[in-house]
Amino acid sequence: MSVEQQIRQRDAANSGTGVQIRERRLGSITGFVGTAGELVQIARAGELAERERSFTQAGTCSSFCATLQLSLIQDAVVINHAPAGCAGDFPMFNLYNRYGQGKRNLARQNARLLTTNLNEQDTIFGATHKLVDAIHKAFRAFQPKAIFVTASCTSGIIGEDLESVIEEAEQELGIPIASVNCEGFRSQIWATGWDAAYNSILRKIVRPPLQRQLDTINIITFIGDDYFSELLQPIGLKPNLVVPFTGVKQLERLSEAGATAHMCSTLGTFLAAGLEREYGVPEVKSPPPYGLDSTDRWLREVANLTGKGAQVEPFIAAERAAIAPQLEIHRQRFAGRKAFVAAGPSHGHSSMEVLQDLGFDLVGSCMFHHDARLDHGDPTGDSLQAATRHTPGLSYGVCNKQAFELVNLLRRIQPDLVVVRHPSLALSIAKLGIPAVFVDDEHIALGYRGLLRYAHKLANWLANPALERTLARTTKLPYTHWWLNQPPFSMLGEPR
Amino acid sequence: MSTILQHPRHLCALGGQQSVVAIPRAIPILHAGPGCGFKLHTGLGSYNGFQGGCYSGGAALVGTNVGEKEIVFGGEQRLREVIDGALKVMDGDLYVVLSGCATDLVGDDIENVVTQYRRQGAPIVYAATGGFRGSNLHGHETIVNAIVDQLLTPQEKISGLVNVWSTVPYYDPFWAGNLTAIQDLLAGLGLRTNLLFGPDSDGIDSWRRVPAAELNLVVSSWTGLSTAKLLNERYGTPWLHWPTLPIGGKETSRFLRAVTEAAHVDGQATQAFLDRQEKRYHYYFERAADFFLEFRWDLPSHYVTVTDAFYGTGISRLLSGEFGLLPLRHFVTDQPPLEQHEAIQQQFAVLSSELNAPLTFTADGDQITAELREHPDSAPLILGSAWERDIAAELSACHLSIASPMMDRLVASGSYFGYNGALRLIEDIYSMILSAVQ
Repeated sequence: MSVEQQIRQRDAANSGTGVQIRERRLGSITGFVGTAGELVQIARAGELAERERSFTQAGTCSSFCATLQLSLIQDAVVINHAPAGCAGDFPMFNLYNRYGQGKRNLARQNARLLTTNLNEQDTIFGATHKLVDAIHKAFRAFQPKAIFVTASCTSGIIGEDLESVIEEAEQELGIPIASVNCEGFRSQIWATGWDAAYNSILRKIVRPPLQRQLDTINIITFIGDDYFSELLQPIGLKPNLVVPFTGVKQLERLSEAGATAHMCSTLGTFLAAGLEREYGVPEVKSPPPYGLDSTDRWLREVANLTGKGAQVEPFIAAERAAIAPQLEIHRQRFAGRKAFVAAGPSHGHSSMEVLQDLGFDLVGSCMFHHDARLDHGDPTGDSLQAATRHTPGLSYGVCNKQAFELVNLLRRIQPDLVVVRHPSLALSIAKLGIPAVFVDDEHIALGYRGLLRYAHKLANWLANPALERTLARTTKLPYTHWWLNQPPFSMLGEPR
Repeated sequence: MSTILQHPRHLCALGGQQSVVAIPRAIPILHAGPGCGFKLHTGLGSYNGFQGGCYSGGAALVGTNVGEKEIVFGGEQRLREVIDGALKVMDGDLYVVLSGCATDLVGDDIENVVTQYRRQGAPIVYAATGGFRGSNLHGHETIVNAIVDQLLTPQEKISGLVNVWSTVPYYDPFWAGNLTAIQDLLAGLGLRTNLLFGPDSDGIDSWRRVPAAELNLVVSSWTGLSTAKLLNERYGTPWLHWPTLPIGGKETSRFLRAVTEAAHVDGQATQAFLDRQEKRYHYYFERAADFFLEFRWDLPSHYVTVTDAFYGTGISRLLSGEFGLLPLRHFVTDQPPLEQHEAIQQQFAVLSSELNAPLTFTADGDQITAELREHPDSAPLILGSAWERDIAAELSACHLSIASPMMDRLVASGSYFGYNGALRLIEDIYSMILSAVQ
């Protein structure tokens, strides 16, 4: 069968298929309180149940996550089929785009983003004609290599038939056009948006392999700098960072790599599993390479999958030896300092591991959700278990960015440092006077040398907590005295 | 039919959440999908001058995060649960429930739910802000009118008290600075301002005082007009609508004279105040004049505005009316109601027929870019949003972001309002140019 025939077959098989939400696919939940070890056990036993909160603060949605990945593909366009407010994240992605282009020596240009700007009439009469116009407008303005049409709550509820519009436009324009089923209301796990974006890439962009490139490792990432080369080049491999800052051509050839790995296995689970299932590209199942032990394991698995076993052990030994003296200094400096992580899994798990390696006393953590399993189904990929292999009794919560809960909890624990990941959350922590280190470049702590890089960053942040102290002295958190004296997880319902 | 927008400059009605965040100790409660609040905070609050989450915005936003269950079975019970929690957990003086697309489309009776809480004594109001209902400017008016309608009661008039309704909080990154500037200027006329938003507002106390004012001052192109009319119906308060940014020596004094007349204050005292202000303004004007006269050859002679009509008309009057620059093109991007278009045309045309430039009403980046490409050799100064960086580079133009979205600047108390605002704008434009050429 020719490649073209295979592509047609792929398209026919995948036509109109949306990704299943994480609640159903991965048994994911947003509410838990207990220890890390308990959560690992319950999830492994298939007994993880959601606990809903009676009171909640505003979360994030799949559309945000999907658009973040897709809007940074340099020669594609994203059309949001939605009222204008869903475009509220466009300015953020545009800054990411221009900033990242600058770092990669690309010409700085605006991200290519449109909204169909649905109004009340459109909700009554339908607006697929606007989507047709938007696709043509985008094609004229940018000559894109692909177009992604992101769905919204409104397009979903009024039942817009995106597929028929897309099919017709594809034939007319001759480029792949993919719907992205990232309607916000469908899932409380915003990571479902990554899956929706990757599903559209798997369905419409990735082609069957022409020529395997076994020394290339797909790395599914956000926007961080390329520290993966540090780990892979010495053993004769090269990273292919995706999806942000790629082009459509590069994505077409994801099927040709020697393996797929991720900077965060929650981020990349759907795409990596899909590439293995459909094209036989093996997925690196070990948790991402953050912290000494996980980096060792990850490197060994990568080397094993790519036939580089001979190079890897000397490299690991040399790197460990190279950082050991400085690492010891940092460990002494941070010894006894209490740290806490508030982030998404599994990158948050990576941060937990890194902080422990740096000598911090990890006193607890809260992640934004928990996946009972990953798409590959292999329990060796359990990043929470990896991060707490020596500390299974660690206090652990699952809390989808509920600042009221976190503030209540952190006020009691009073850690010396909180590593925080999601935008807008750091202020709530800093107002308590607690140093809050926001993870902007998620790759900084990567591998062996990353431990030292990260240690410098943390040391600088901790050296002068004047910003947090000023905030604590001069601002007020919006929570009542009553609430701050309730148990932190008292709004969490029973498991259902 | 609303148009397709490339690189939109406004968001949706639920963006009114930011106007609630702008009221001290007011708590927005979003009855909406899980991502609305964060996206709107991102587009209006953070990646628009990095104005931040402040007290009740950002991560603190309360939301019901409705999902499939609420779409299928209705979300009123869920809303009750979250309001119960909010009244206990969130330390506020005023709670504003805002609906989103999802809950408006499934038809939750939010008004009924909220009214029950208000009857029990909670300071809580409701606004229908489903995103498809209009832009965040409409959303702003909707929440303001909802508070006026559902919370206010008649008050004794307070002599010399003026309510100020100006640019939309957060959407205009200079909104807070503008309010402070207006307060300071009106104090010079002996007037007491009642500010409803920002650091100088007394929050709910200011709102309860609204019926006591003797004048509603609407200083914006069109938002706030419906509020002034509503207050006139309810409490007989007259209003003054000033649709162009008072900026620079001429326009600020003209504005203050109009306020003097509308508020019936002593004209002689006003004149003395204006004389002092103008003297100071012209002192700095003269100091900067050497620069304008001598560096002129490499500075843009033409300018483009890609802003709302309020900023576009005001800045045009400053740059053409006082600094000798030429308008190349104007874009009005805030989608004013159709019945306002003619008045806006006239506000732009006030200088002289030689200083008229084509005016386009559009919020679409594609159209703005296409029309600017009609001037390939003009290298103008572009005053717009951060989206105009690309076309500015293409035209070798100078560019300063002064309108939403503004992800390339940080704005704290900055404002281009009044005498000082004009000097601030000149500093920002020419410092940017001086920095770029070196």
